Amino acid sequence: MGVSPMSSTGVGPVAKKKKLPETRARRPCHEMGSIMLSDEVKKEIDAEARHYPQRRAVVAEALKAVQARRGWVDDESLRDVADYLGLSFDEVDSIATFYNLIFRQPVGRHVILICDSVSCYLTGYEKLLDHLKKKLGIALGQTTADGRFTLLPNACLGLCEQAPAMMIDNETYGHLTAARIDEILGKHE
Amino acid sequence: MLTIYIHNEPYRVKAGINLLEACLSLGFNVPYFCWHPAIKSVGACRQCAVKVFKGPEDTRGTLLMSCVVPVADGMRISIDDPEAVHFRARVIEWLMLNHPHDCPVCDEGGECHLQDMTVMTGHVQRRTRFPKRTHVNQDLGPFVAHEMNRCIQCYRCQRFYCDYAGGRDFGVFGWHDGVYFGRAQSGTLQSEFAGNLVEVCPTGVFTDKSLAQHYTRKWDLTTGPSICVHCGLGCNTIPGARYGQLRRVYSRFNSQVNGYFLCDRGRYGYEFVNSDRRILQPRLRQEDGSLAPVAKAQALAFVGQALQRGKAIGIGSPRASLETNFALRKLVGAEHYFQGESAQKSAISEAILDCLQRGPTPTVSLHEVETCDAVLLLGEDVLNTAPMLGLAIRQASRNQPLEEVARLNVPFWLDLVARLITQDQIGPIFIAATGATRLDGLARQIYRAAPDDLARIGLAIAHLVDPTAPEVSRLPDDAFSFAHPVAEVLKAAKRPLIVSGPSLGSVELIHAAANAAWALTRAGKDARLCYAAESCNSLGAAMLGGGDLTAALELLRSGQADTVLIVENDLRRHMPENDFEELLSLARCVIAVDHLEQATTQRAHCVLPAATFAEAEGTLINNEGRAQRFYKVLPPPAAVQESWRWMGELWVASGRGEASPWPNFDAIVAALASEFAIFKDVPALAPPASFRQVGQKIGRQPHRYSGRTAETADQTVFEPPPPEDADSALAFSMEGTPLEPPSALIPRYWAPGWNSLAALNKFQIEVGGPLHDGDPGQRLIAPKPYPQSPYFKDFVSPFARRPQQFLVVPHHHIYGSEPLSAASAPVASLCPKPYIALNGADAAAAGIAGADQEVVLSLAGASLRLSVILDSTLAASLAAVPAGIAPFEGLDLPAWGTIAAAPAGGQRGGGGS
Repeated sequence: MGVSPMSSTGVGPVAKKKKLPETRARRPCHEMGSIMLSDEVKKEIDAEARHYPQRRAVVAEALKAVQARRGWVDDESLRDVADYLGLSFDEVDSIATFYNLIFRQPVGRHVILICDSVSCYLTGYEKLLDHLKKKLGIALGQTTADGRFTLLPNACLGLCEQAPAMMIDNETYGHLTAARIDEILGKHE
Repeated sequence: MLTIYIHNEPYRVKAGINLLEACLSLGFNVPYFCWHPAIKSVGACRQCAVKVFKGPEDTRGTLLMSCVVPVADGMRISIDDPEAVHFRARVIEWLMLNHPHDCPVCDEGGECHLQDMTVMTGHVQRRTRFPKRTHVNQDLGPFVAHEMNRCIQCYRCQRFYCDYAGGRDFGVFGWHDGVYFGRAQSGTLQSEFAGNLVEVCPTGVFTDKSLAQHYTRKWDLTTGPSICVHCGLGCNTIPGARYGQLRRVYSRFNSQVNGYFLCDRGRYGYEFVNSDRRILQPRLRQEDGSLAPVAKAQALAFVGQALQRGKAIGIGSPRASLETNFALRKLVGAEHYFQGESAQKSAISEAILDCLQRGPTPTVSLHEVETCDAVLLLGEDVLNTAPMLGLAIRQASRNQPLEEVARLNVPFWLDLVARLITQDQIGPIFIAATGATRLDGLARQIYRAAPDDLARIGLAIAHLVDPTAPEVSRLPDDAFSFAHPVAEVLKAAKRPLIVSGPSLGSVELIHAAANAAWALTRAGKDARLCYAAESCNSLGAAMLGGGDLTAALELLRSGQADTVLIVENDLRRHMPENDFEELLSLARCVIAVDHLEQATTQRAHCVLPAATFAEAEGTLINNEGRAQRFYKVLPPPAAVQESWRWMGELWVASGRGEASPWPNFDAIVAALASEFAIFKDVPALAPPASFRQVGQKIGRQPHRYSGRTAETADQTVFEPPPPEDADSALAFSMEGTPLEPPSALIPRYWAPGWNSLAALNKFQIEVGGPLHDGDPGQRLIAPKPYPQSPYFKDFVSPFARRPQQFLVVPHHHIYGSEPLSAASAPVASLCPKPYIALNGADAAAAGIAGADQEVVLSLAGASLRLSVILDSTLAASLAAVPAGIAPFEGLDLPAWGTIAAAPAGGQRGGGGS
């Protein structure tokens, strides 16, 4: 089951997180060394860090760089980011869990963000959500068994003039109907 | 001072503070959550809203959060404005949406700031019918329990733990109504100050796990003013008792000492009082060699005879009160009184006392440490030896960055803004130590070396600051490149502070710190000098004088003594095993007076049960020479009494007089003061036992104390009268003065409508400021202005390595190195196992394969089998061992030792020679 770190059930992130093996969790960051981050990711983080006086300013960018490659941010990668930026695991995780688009649990190949803010709500969000759930056989916060789609709510996509709207990966889709959704989903393998 | 108008009445308030502080200081009840007098303003909870008017004509006004608005002259505000009242009630209703209705089973109930504020705002009816959000709680270790469902998102915990105390294993996770305060994963909180979350949290998210083991509501606790006995800083505490058991320790506010907080050793060390190792009956050695409980009269007769017949010496203790040590000294005579520490430790305590009095640099209270703007730590790992000193130094590290905040005209108490401006900037903190310390994260520069080289660094800095201070020859380059910038920065600071202490066992280090501080004073700086102290009365013992244990042993060897009376001291912790055995074999009779079974009591011929700090009155001298009084929290168990009282009875039993010279506490304090000029002000520390307010004593129990008639109903249906307390103006009773007691006698903080700790606001001249009639306690020593600094001209040779040998240095541990707290179950669970730490290069050179290898350390004639820890921060040729933890207790360290791979088999972590 893939769930967004902040699922709409209101259950906190810590409750659902995978537990680290004991020995690893107890060792302080500085002893672990950075073993996971690729040179490419490090270069990206360093380039970003040049814009700020404090390295901690680039935590979000660093997490995005990891997620762009792995699809989500696992505990090991998060620890590596913490080590690389000279921060603690807790400090980085509190930032990671603040952002709803940093995924702390595995997601499908495509992430559907369905907009549930006011314009989309008025123009039929509920019906479309029902359609999506039925079609994919999952609830909000879940991933299809074949790992193809993860369905998440989003507070606003900024597409009110095209409401109702959704976003899959980096593409936005407006003026949605059930038929149009079927067509769009079909294009995502 | 400014004038502000509240409800059109003029009030004088201090400039530069915020409206909330002003209103609370004036005695108005403004509800608040996120603001805390020590952690300052952030404006997160929206609870402290008041109406601010533009002028006398403005009738509409604006709702503003009082904690983030600075007071201004002529400002007009209303707290009772209907719109403000309505706003505050709605805010709390909103905060209560997700708060469970579990007060009856919540450990915070009855002293909950949220309860108080809810009642204060008049929000008595919940209207929400929706399910409440729930969280999964974490196991945060042996000290703090976690119940996230109760959270109202005020952020105080994170702001205390991370921002104020520097913790990095705690945070705020998630967003929206799922915001979660805790750790990324379950696990023991790493901060030395985690227990303060219990007091800082305005509701029951973080509660005291040790209290939960024997839970009692605040209104059922018998409490009294006390002093922490687990290090030398003398933090003020309020322990609470019920059913003859100590149940918790909370901080007692002292604006000069610990302020609002305590360290976890001080908060959770108290369980030794309830330990099953307590000695509750006099014990006498029997024919068959066993120690058996006997009647008090029999024990007194035995000891009285032994003192009369034998050539008796008395051995006092740095953890016993002034009064107890003084009574022992009177009983055996000054020339037969010994202060109960090794020659090394006695010399260090005396050197500290000497340095604080003969030089021109004043010492500091913990509060004054927070006002220093550059700090050099010389050899002391303060977070392990005197944790609250580390917390104070952390606050000092903010002073230079905060100058920028002041320059931008931002009030320093606008915490979020101040921290945004200062970012990661840290004021100058320099650390010279044998290895890593827990404050290293704050350090601008770190120097690691053997104790002698650390002393040389101090001396070198002194010379760099003041060329008339003795020069250090042959200073290596790396030492100079540390000392030079440190000297420059200290010279440029407004109030530089030099910190050292006894933990490395080096008098030279004490002298070097003094030289550095004196040089700064001579260079015209408002410098300060601070030494940590190992025991709660180390300085008091040094002030009383008396020989060390080597001298005591010498007296036994020469036959001039054959009877030893040992009070509140385990000699095994202060002398090596061989000396300890020799002392026991030379003494014809050994009498031990103490509260816990330990090596000395187990070997004594007679043991008398002593009261702990919680069952006695006494005076302790802290690391800055401040005398502070502690009082009984609960009456001692039947056969137990204060050690000084035992001394009085032994006075009679040994035929010295018809009656005890000290029938009560005031009598012994008076005797102490008349004999020692330095203690002449000790009687005035607190009102005498005869003190009354409106004809009444001060009740240790709240007026809501319940079940008094039922407390002993399992033994008798008659309600016994409350125990008498002839030694103080406090009573073991609910009855007592309705007025606010003098500050030294405040047993608890409570005010109408304020059941939580925040009631303290009502006891202060201004919130966060001193108590109404001044903070209790008085510093007994003062610096001596000299025309010239009396520099030590010690010549310390550079540390010389010895082939095949290691200099074994003691590394202190907050949990484990202090024996009383180590007997407390929650603390014991965090004590380290014995180890020997080496740096990797030294270990490789010695043929040690790696961590966890078993080795045999040969040290001072003993062979100790130990497990190796690799510590890359340890200076070369040093080996570190845990101080005060078996088998290292009683060893005078540093000392040279050799290490060899252990033969297979055999026992680990101990063993004799």
